[in-house]
Amino acid sequence: MSEENNRVLKISILRFDPNDPEDFPHMETFEIEEAYGMTLFVALNEIREHHDNSLKFDFVCRAGICGSCSMLVNGKPTLACRTLTKTLGESITLAPLPLFELIGDLSIYTGKWMRGMNERLETWIHTEEGTLNVDKLEERMEPALADEIYELDRCIECGCCVAGCGTIQMNKDFVGAVGLNKIARYHLDPRDKRSEDDYYEIVGDEDGVFGCMTLLGCEDVCPKDLPLQSKIAYLRRMMVKNAY
Amino acid sequence: MKIIYTDVLIIGGGLAGLRVATGVKERGHDAVVLTLVPPKRSHSSAAQGGMQASLANCNMGEGDNEDIHFSDTIKGSDWGADQEVARMFVHCAPKAIRELAHWGVPWTRVHRGDHNAIINAKKVTITEKDEAHGLITARDFGGTKKWRTCYTSDGTGHSMLYAMDNQAHKEKVEIHERQEAMSLIVDDGRCYGAISRNLMTGELVAYVAKATTIATGGYGRIYSVSTNAIICQGMGQAIALETGVATLGNMEAIQFHPTAIVPVGILTTEGCRGDGGLLLDKDGYRFMPDYEPEKKELASRDVVSRRMTEHIRKGKGVKSRYGDHLWLDITILGREHIEKNLREVKEICENFLGIDPAVDWIPVRPTQHYSMGGIRTKYTGESQTLKGLYSCGEAACWDMHGFNRLGGNSVSETVVAGMLVAEYISDFCDSHESSMHIHSSKIEIALKEENAKIDALLANENGESAFKLRRRMEEILMDKVGIFRNGEDLQDAVNELEELYKRSKNIEVTAKSRAANPALFNAYRTQRMLKLALTVAYGALLRTESRGAHSREDYPSRDDANWLKRTITSWPDPEQTMPSVSYEDIPISNMEMPPGFRGYGKDMTEAHPDSRVRQSAVDAIREKFEKEGASRQEIQNALMPFLDKLPKKYRGTNERLGENV
Repeated sequence: MSEENNRVLKISILRFDPNDPEDFPHMETFEIEEAYGMTLFVALNEIREHHDNSLKFDFVCRAGICGSCSMLVNGKPTLACRTLTKTLGESITLAPLPLFELIGDLSIYTGKWMRGMNERLETWIHTEEGTLNVDKLEERMEPALADEIYELDRCIECGCCVAGCGTIQMNKDFVGAVGLNKIARYHLDPRDKRSEDDYYEIVGDEDGVFGCMTLLGCEDVCPKDLPLQSKIAYLRRMMVKNAY
Repeated sequence: MKIIYTDVLIIGGGLAGLRVATGVKERGHDAVVLTLVPPKRSHSSAAQGGMQASLANCNMGEGDNEDIHFSDTIKGSDWGADQEVARMFVHCAPKAIRELAHWGVPWTRVHRGDHNAIINAKKVTITEKDEAHGLITARDFGGTKKWRTCYTSDGTGHSMLYAMDNQAHKEKVEIHERQEAMSLIVDDGRCYGAISRNLMTGELVAYVAKATTIATGGYGRIYSVSTNAIICQGMGQAIALETGVATLGNMEAIQFHPTAIVPVGILTTEGCRGDGGLLLDKDGYRFMPDYEPEKKELASRDVVSRRMTEHIRKGKGVKSRYGDHLWLDITILGREHIEKNLREVKEICENFLGIDPAVDWIPVRPTQHYSMGGIRTKYTGESQTLKGLYSCGEAACWDMHGFNRLGGNSVSETVVAGMLVAEYISDFCDSHESSMHIHSSKIEIALKEENAKIDALLANENGESAFKLRRRMEEILMDKVGIFRNGEDLQDAVNELEELYKRSKNIEVTAKSRAANPALFNAYRTQRMLKLALTVAYGALLRTESRGAHSREDYPSRDDANWLKRTITSWPDPEQTMPSVSYEDIPISNMEMPPGFRGYGKDMTEAHPDSRVRQSAVDAIREKFEKEGASRQEIQNALMPFLDKLPKKYRGTNERLGENV
């Protein structure tokens, strides 16, 4: 464990309460003493406990697993819970992720956006009804394929890729890398019985795979290091192949 | 006044709640799920290691079946479990895992041929059968005789939760996010739903339902250092307790996980030790074989946690500014294994400690982890005392874990209990019993009461700081109601907690917004957490024995003669400042597995006279049936029938390679 760093951090936070008609978006700066091993989770809780207990932000697992605490840290979408303050300068700027509904301060409503996307793309396994007998041995799957599916299943719907996406800035209906990654995941899964045509219906347009401008923002900011760009390219190639 | 009517209200959107919702929906009932956060953020997602189900596919799982899973679970529980419930559970776990596979969980699979594993610090080669290729594989976990813990890399909870939530979407379950259930609507001994608060707008809504299910997880956040997500504050148990009618069971049974990282308390999965990781002291010495020569690092969680604490007390811990800790060494597993099967662990080490676990040892210590206690239910998941209220998952004391839960049995419980309770609730909703007899004025009164409580909190001036009360509560539990307990400390804890509880009636909320206001929810949650803290500390003080995770230094024996019973806690009068405690006997006369020695350390059990009687009866039945060539299922049925309790669709025999395939 490394030595303690007793810096005084100046944390500037975008404040705004949309429930308060008098309020307007503004920056507010808090000074706190840095502690060993301090993450933004620890820092924000300290601010709420000792400086301003109306400060709104979201953490659930605080371990980089649940995806609740994504925000702009010095302008970059990332998970605040696992961002160590020692990796940042003395002045830190925090703002809520753009594009999602704002609840207040750093708290955003990603759930609503994700649910809309999931319903639109039907991001569940499409099996034939009545094909499961829970008493019988499970269907076999090649171990390597199971691993490959899990690789794409690791997405935590944190919204960083959406916030980092240039296309969504111009086209609010774009499903984002998070959506396209899910389609790639189901396409890979032999348990999902959707045809190539079905997938084309869902993402074969400019709101889907052909909308992507390949700016690579999504992959740059993905906290789970998902191979988003190669999956979008894969889907695009598959769509084109299917069209001929 | 806004009222939403539905058939089944489910409070909590983790694995258990979603499985109940999906199940009742399939049976044709409407379901609404209230959840603090989007369901995919639930604490279920944090389960890394795996889900126990006796599939017996992989080499080291060969020969596994329900009987062995049952026996491990009962021993693990230190005979505190309800054996019928445990039987129902082990019978249905393989079905639940196969259902999840059908719903898309990419379970890690068996690969035919040779692979290397680390067992007891030695590299061994294991050969997998051809016929098992492509079936779901399993890893080793503490307290299990066979490798039974099925997993997806080390993101098991994540992949299960995502599949489950997707399935709930598919079934068009209504999910109302950022809703906090504030109180249950109770009339004439029956629960009719809940008053809920929208955490974004502050609006109060009455959800009225035939059946209400609490599936809100555990209450670990009453401790200062916990592996639990920060939303695991026990609010489900608290609102049940506040009805004055529903009861809580075994609240003092708190599990500590051996290997959370220091200082933040984030978990590294038991899979680390299951896969061959070792515990080392300040000298780099592997101490567990000295204490537990047989199971070593893979003894039950409560046992390993206590051994680690004992070893630290001998001065063998590593000094740090956060107190002493020990080391978890997974370097021997090799980088390839860590990067594939323990990747979350690797990420946690990199992000929170700045170390590489393929090279460096991980600083760990036992940390609050699981709540065996919860809302006391019958085997159907229904409260014993409040009709129409159900509970399942960690929120409940369904009681298959008794006083200590085995790793991998909790995510398993969420889906198995969810699957079963959904059927019992559906049966209830199908029956005449479920018709509602509540006057709308009662609902109105319940809403107004909740409104008035919030008004009063916001109006209070010059009162106590909820943050200060809460921090003190957390410290007291950690210091005085921890891994090792004693009468003196527990009495101090109870006294001070009662004092804090009284003070909490006078909390001042400085931020005044009714809408999204973290100070407001911290205030009312602190009041409720203090009630739960009292149930834990008081239950621990009264229980003068050691059983499972409850370890009294002044009463080191497990005292079956006096304490083979569940602690039942209630809060009948809102004005009382201490919980009411009573007990429920755990009858030996119908046990399939009468109380015996758990197999760790010296046998310190003070036996119950009925144990020997029942053991003789069990032995006689077994001998007679074995002579007649009966199957293991027939013998089991003669010892303790349980199949009739299960919904018909889940009574079938589980297929396994080698057994009946």
